[in-house]
Amino acid sequence: MGRTLAEKILQKHTDQEVAGPGQIVQCRVSVVLANDITAPLAIKAFKAMGAKKVFDQEKVALVCDHFTPNKDIDSAEQVKVVRDFAEAMGVTHYYECGEVGVEHALLPEKGIVGPGDVVIGADSHTCTYGGLGAFATGMGSTDVGAAMALGETWFKVPPTIRVNLTGVPGPFVGAKDFVLNQIGRLGVAGALYKALEYGGEVVDAMSIEGRMTIANMAIEAGGKVGLFPVDGKTMEYARAAGYKGGEPMTADADAEYERVLDIDVTGMQPQVACPHLPDNVKPVDETAGLKIHQAVIGSCTNGRIEDMREAAAVLKGRKVNPKVRCIILPATPSIWKQCMREGLMEIFMDSGCIVGPPTCGPCLGGHMGILAGGERAISTTNRNFKGRMGSLQSEVFLSNPAVAAASAVAGEIINPAKL
Amino acid sequence: MNVHGTAHKVGDHIDTDAIIPARFLVTTDTRELGANCMEGLEAGWVKRVKENDVMVGGENFGCGSSREHAPIAILGAGIPVVIAKSFARIFYRNGFNMGLVLLEIGDDVSKFSDGDDIEVDTASGVIRNLTTGVTVQAAPVPPFMQEILNAGGLVEYARKKLA
Repeated sequence: MGRTLAEKILQKHTDQEVAGPGQIVQCRVSVVLANDITAPLAIKAFKAMGAKKVFDQEKVALVCDHFTPNKDIDSAEQVKVVRDFAEAMGVTHYYECGEVGVEHALLPEKGIVGPGDVVIGADSHTCTYGGLGAFATGMGSTDVGAAMALGETWFKVPPTIRVNLTGVPGPFVGAKDFVLNQIGRLGVAGALYKALEYGGEVVDAMSIEGRMTIANMAIEAGGKVGLFPVDGKTMEYARAAGYKGGEPMTADADAEYERVLDIDVTGMQPQVACPHLPDNVKPVDETAGLKIHQAVIGSCTNGRIEDMREAAAVLKGRKVNPKVRCIILPATPSIWKQCMREGLMEIFMDSGCIVGPPTCGPCLGGHMGILAGGERAISTTNRNFKGRMGSLQSEVFLSNPAVAAASAVAGEIINPAKL
Repeated sequence: MNVHGTAHKVGDHIDTDAIIPARFLVTTDTRELGANCMEGLEAGWVKRVKENDVMVGGENFGCGSSREHAPIAILGAGIPVVIAKSFARIFYRNGFNMGLVLLEIGDDVSKFSDGDDIEVDTASGVIRNLTTGVTVQAAPVPPFMQEILNAGGLVEYARKKLA
């Protein structure tokens, strides 16, 4: 019987024979990561386990990106715990100061994660690296603390839902819209405990950034991983980032899938996920006219250079509505610099945007863009749970960067094609 | 362990932002987190809870972020057991690692209402609704996870491997 991508990758990291879904396998991990919220608990667990050193100083990544630049005394104390631990353990990949970026944009860019890896992170959007063909998934701090010490963890081999993306997308429609549409079809628990695996002509043509946007939201359908095949584009991206390993990899033609979902993207409108769940998805025209108070463009979902270009293309020569706070957070320092080089920063500033440092900040209601009661935001982030970005009486609508930028200009949700 | 208390019923897809909003994630202290349990669902929710009460959730309980602060907040509120139709993946694993008992009962969850008097035998997974007289058997804990429980939890399991 052929193997899915999930089974192939797990096999490379275990001495057991991977037989199929439901089996428990012990796997060596390529990289283990945590952030300023989750690392303190992982460190607590690590110490309680009696661990004295991390399994490999090169394979532990600690990224202080959620509440940084530290928003208050308590968060500064948390970061201090992580910083002291990183120093004591000699962790190579510790990021906090001018080099910090949103973890799931930063690690691929630095070549720390790459194709064929098994990555676990104390952050649910660790699944982003599936865009590079890595079996990457979120876990809690204690599991991550154990893996920092042992260099291994256990997985239940997941059944796989295969998603085939075909057709020709229209203007202002891309990866974010495909994944929102898919979450709308599957529901927020539709891929619970399962792997999502992507293929089809749209995937072949898609950039690595786009693939990471889709893989990033696997968790929003309950999925364990969102996996893309490793092709020439992946290898090119990985090599440019300085990643040494990896090889092209596809699922076997006779791999067994629990379900196959075919999505024809031809004629698809930009998609918007309405409050308060990511599966409450509608074509943008059905949400048009809703007044907004804030637009957020950034995050591990849509804070990469392509997203910045997409937003800038809409904002160029236009002004943000004076009643809207349009917050742009390029996800890493190198994306920030690239935006400057390409003149995007000037476009953002001229149009009246607020441009901030790389941070998860507003996505999780941390800081740098919190909503008051009765306020509504459109955001390129990944979650619109009740109160996610602030008050329990606020609302978050999820969209692609072009829709968020166009809505910031219009002061209400709008299809960029109609701006 | 035998747990006897009042059922606190919540809906489907209760996310970890509802269980413990991000603004409270600046501590790892169990009691502090417990004092704000479910603050993202309803302000002051936790005031209704007494020690040894039971949370009753719907489908996909604990979806969203991987924050282990979520099971810790529930434990810190004094709730040792969550019964649900189903659990989100990361939350399920975290619950076990933290010593929060999670019992999956599928559609039988409809047999429990908010305020019911409930008794749970966590070893056998038998849940008795003393208000209605109905008894429900939870799905058994997966064998490998039972091994971790038998070892005394993941921290102890890892400690033995490192020794």
